[in-house]
Amino acid sequence: MFKIVKAEFLAQDIKLFQIEAPRIAKKRKAGQFVIIRLDEHGERIPLTIADSDPEKGTITIVVQGVGKTTKALNLKETGDTIMDVVGPLGEPSHIEKFGTAVSIGGGVGTAIAYPTAKALKEAGNYVITINGARSKDLVILEEEMKQVSDEAYITTDDGSYGFHGFVTQKLQALIDEGKKLDFVLAIGPIPMMKAVADVTRPYGIKTVVSLNPIMVDGTGMCGGCRVIVNGQSKFACVDGPEFDAHGVDFHNLADRNKMYSVYEKEALEKFEHECKLDKKIEAIENAG
Amino acid sequence: MQQQLTAKERMKIPRHHMIEQDPLERSRNFEEVNLGYTAKMAQEEALRCIQCPKPSCVEGCPVNIQIKDFINLIAEGDFLGAVHKIKEDNALPAICGRVCPQEEQCEQACVVGKRGEPVAIGYLERFVADYERKQGKIEYPTINKSTGKKIAIVGSGPAGLSCANDLVQWGHKVTVFEALHELGGVLVYGIPEFRLPKEIVRKEIDGLRKMGVEFVTDAVIGRTTTVDELMQEEGYDAVFVGVGAGLPWFMGIPGENLVGVYSANEFLTRVNLMKAYRFPEFDSPILDCRGKNVAVFGGGNTAMDAVRTSLRLGAKNAYIVYRRSEKEMPARVEEVKHAKEEGVQFKILTNPVEFIGDEKEWLKAVKLIKMELGEPDDSGRRRPVPIEGSEYIMDIDIAVVAIGNGSNPLIQQTTPEIETSKRGTIVVDSETMKTSKKGVFAGGDIVTGGATVILAMGAGRKAAKAIHEYVMEGKW
Ligand SMILES: Cc1cc2nc3c(=O)[nH]c(=O)nc-3n(C[C@H](O)[C@H](O)[C@H](O)COP(=O)(O)OP(=O)(O)OC[C@H]3O[C@@H](n4cnc5c(N)ncnc54)[C@H](O)[C@@H]3O)c2cc1C
Ligand SMILES: Cc1cc2nc3c(=O)[nH]c(=O)nc-3n(C[C@H](O)[C@H](O)[C@H](O)COP(=O)(O)OP(=O)(O)OC[C@H]3O[C@@H](n4cnc5c(N)ncnc54)[C@H](O)[C@@H]3O)c2cc1C
Ligand code: SF4
Ligand code: FES
Repeated sequence: MFKIVKAEFLAQDIKLFQIEAPRIAKKRKAGQFVIIRLDEHGERIPLTIADSDPEKGTITIVVQGVGKTTKALNLKETGDTIMDVVGPLGEPSHIEKFGTAVSIGGGVGTAIAYPTAKALKEAGNYVITINGARSKDLVILEEEMKQVSDEAYITTDDGSYGFHGFVTQKLQALIDEGKKLDFVLAIGPIPMMKAVADVTRPYGIKTVVSLNPIMVDGTGMCGGCRVIVNGQSKFACVDGPEFDAHGVDFHNLADRNKMYSVYEKEALEKFEHECKLDKKIEAIENAG
Repeated sequence: MQQQLTAKERMKIPRHHMIEQDPLERSRNFEEVNLGYTAKMAQEEALRCIQCPKPSCVEGCPVNIQIKDFINLIAEGDFLGAVHKIKEDNALPAICGRVCPQEEQCEQACVVGKRGEPVAIGYLERFVADYERKQGKIEYPTINKSTGKKIAIVGSGPAGLSCANDLVQWGHKVTVFEALHELGGVLVYGIPEFRLPKEIVRKEIDGLRKMGVEFVTDAVIGRTTTVDELMQEEGYDAVFVGVGAGLPWFMGIPGENLVGVYSANEFLTRVNLMKAYRFPEFDSPILDCRGKNVAVFGGGNTAMDAVRTSLRLGAKNAYIVYRRSEKEMPARVEEVKHAKEEGVQFKILTNPVEFIGDEKEWLKAVKLIKMELGEPDDSGRRRPVPIEGSEYIMDIDIAVVAIGNGSNPLIQQTTPEIETSKRGTIVVDSETMKTSKKGVFAGGDIVTGGATVILAMGAGRKAAKAIHEYVMEGKW
């Protein structure tokens, strides 16, 4: 059992947790993730370690509620527990002094990119961060990102905050301004990562993406997380999750990630129905 | 009673067949296929043993269980005596009685088998182990006075469990680290419920816990903690590495990343460990097999487990596609027999060339090629060669690749002093199971490559002996 010592929403449906996991807190490096299982009947899902405090023995994760497991997790509060937390998994981000490094985060990808952006900064890079959200109220970790950036940009799809447009447009604008970019990291929805790869490809800018295939064990045992990179099959949980963006077969990843969508929908509907029932019962009890 | 029968008379008793669930019924449920002997059947079967002065079966058993003696105890009706006799050499008889390839080991060597069918050693082993468990009075061995030594065991498969079993009895403090959330290794995530009920594995582990073994799940050694840290920072005097062969091989043919192509490890893990067959009661899904065509590639136990699982998940047609002939199949004979009875269709001397998908990258067919057997290869089996122009297409919805596992490189990557072979297996001294790194021992599939439960168990015990000597005497 792993105890939640802090839980707070950063935006609608996006929640930050600090969890007691001393061994992981001590060991983890930027770019690594944990796999969690909420309870006896739960699925194992991967979540990036956004930060850690080795002294306190805690790790931080930032979770976007998209389906049954993440929504159930986001109902948890300080003091609640998670049955299993295993990690740190995956290869740490490759950090070196590239020169000018751009970290691009889309949605909850901002939280996933944060530790690597921080590490890039600590390694002496000139760090530019571009973080995209659909609208102002969904912007997360703005302060944290500013602290690790030499230049920090926010983009919103609806223009309610920062740059009006997509992260790729901002990236293209930087390139067009004549900025020499040595390294780009992009983490977010698959179409976003693909679009970033397409922007940087003609310029030959080294670009890395963190892939999010469906995982089970996270130790290299099942092969369910395999992705195609430069024509070769790789296990994202042990060989990645970060890969050369220009070699990734994004179509295959997107198609494989849709593999269980009917089941995911069913699980979510069942879960939401049960939540509603719980609320009703609560209301009746309170009234009575 | 036994004394009254001559060897000839005993050899005339026909072998008692296992009581099984009806094939049609069982192919749709996950309950155990074999239901076990009754006490009467066991005693009669035990009488078939002619009590050879030099029992060759004992030689045939990789851990030399005193087969003749335990069978004699069964004949006399002393079932508990029999199981205690087995446990002198094998800590996990309820498991081995179910999954050992007896036809290649003890039963192959059995003299009675030269004339007819061998004594059903495996079924008898299983019977007494179940008898002990069911009557509820499991006798735990006495634990020696504490030695003050700490031993870390990495991996909770049969190798790790049997190693822990010995070391804890000798008075050491034993901690088992397991990467997954459940203990038991392949016994829980690989071998299905219908062949090895998880309850049995759980009972064995509970027993070890009662004897004082500590278990830490969710601990990936190499990531969460390294072997060096276990020894230097956490004060372990020795480490046993029993991490198995858990890196699934794929065939490297086009289309292997299509939706609907699984490794056997993933397919079986989703069902056994994550209980996907009970979705949505359990959260992890598996692609719906109901009314579908499922093809499993391979001819080992893993392939049989996967194909029979697909039937239980509702597959309309379940195929085994194997590139050699049935004779070369490495699976236990009983599994092949069971698979056939349940309606699995065997496409032998056939190999896949390519998986074919639709525009959304969902698997819809496989291109197969017919094979013939040529000259023997390194393994002594005749090498299958493709017959030119014999390709054809078979419609399938789900494919499961079960062609074996390599070794997971995590431990070796993080502890490079542990020497490995070209194949990635850990190199050990075959008597002491010592690796090239002081204080570190290894055994089971990580040393041999994918093998058997009994070999892993035997290796765990060999290592236990050497670990004991090492920590007590300090000599490497
Ligand atoms: C290495 C890695 C790091 C990640 N880090 C974060 C993070 O820090 N914060 C965050 O909010 N999300 C993160 N994700 C994504 C997160 O794991 C999924 O959103 C989550 O599994 C969805 O589960 P669900 O039951 O809530 O939704 P579901 O409705 O079950 O699934 C929604 C979608 O999530 C994906 N998914 C489903 N099951 C799994 C699974 N077992 N493993 C991986 N993906 C799955 C599928 O693409 C699916 O379409 C990460 C994914 C990976 C692979
Ligand atoms: C589907 C299937 C069916 C089989 N059927 C039979 C059969 O009928 N008869 C038979 O004799 N054999 C059978 N086998 C083979 C047999 O199961 C194995 O030979 C045996 O389990 C090997 O035991 P082990 O202890 O070496 O490893 P495993 O059983 O593989 O256990 C290793 C354990 O170590 C854990 N681990 C791995 N890496 C780490 C790490 N870094 N840190 C911590 N823990 C780690 C794993 O999660 C696992 O739990 C079968 C195998 C499979 C896959
Ligand atoms: S352990 Fe296996 S080989 Fe040994 S006697 Fe039992 S069934 Fe036979
Ligand atoms: S999640 Fe199973 S191998 Fe990567």
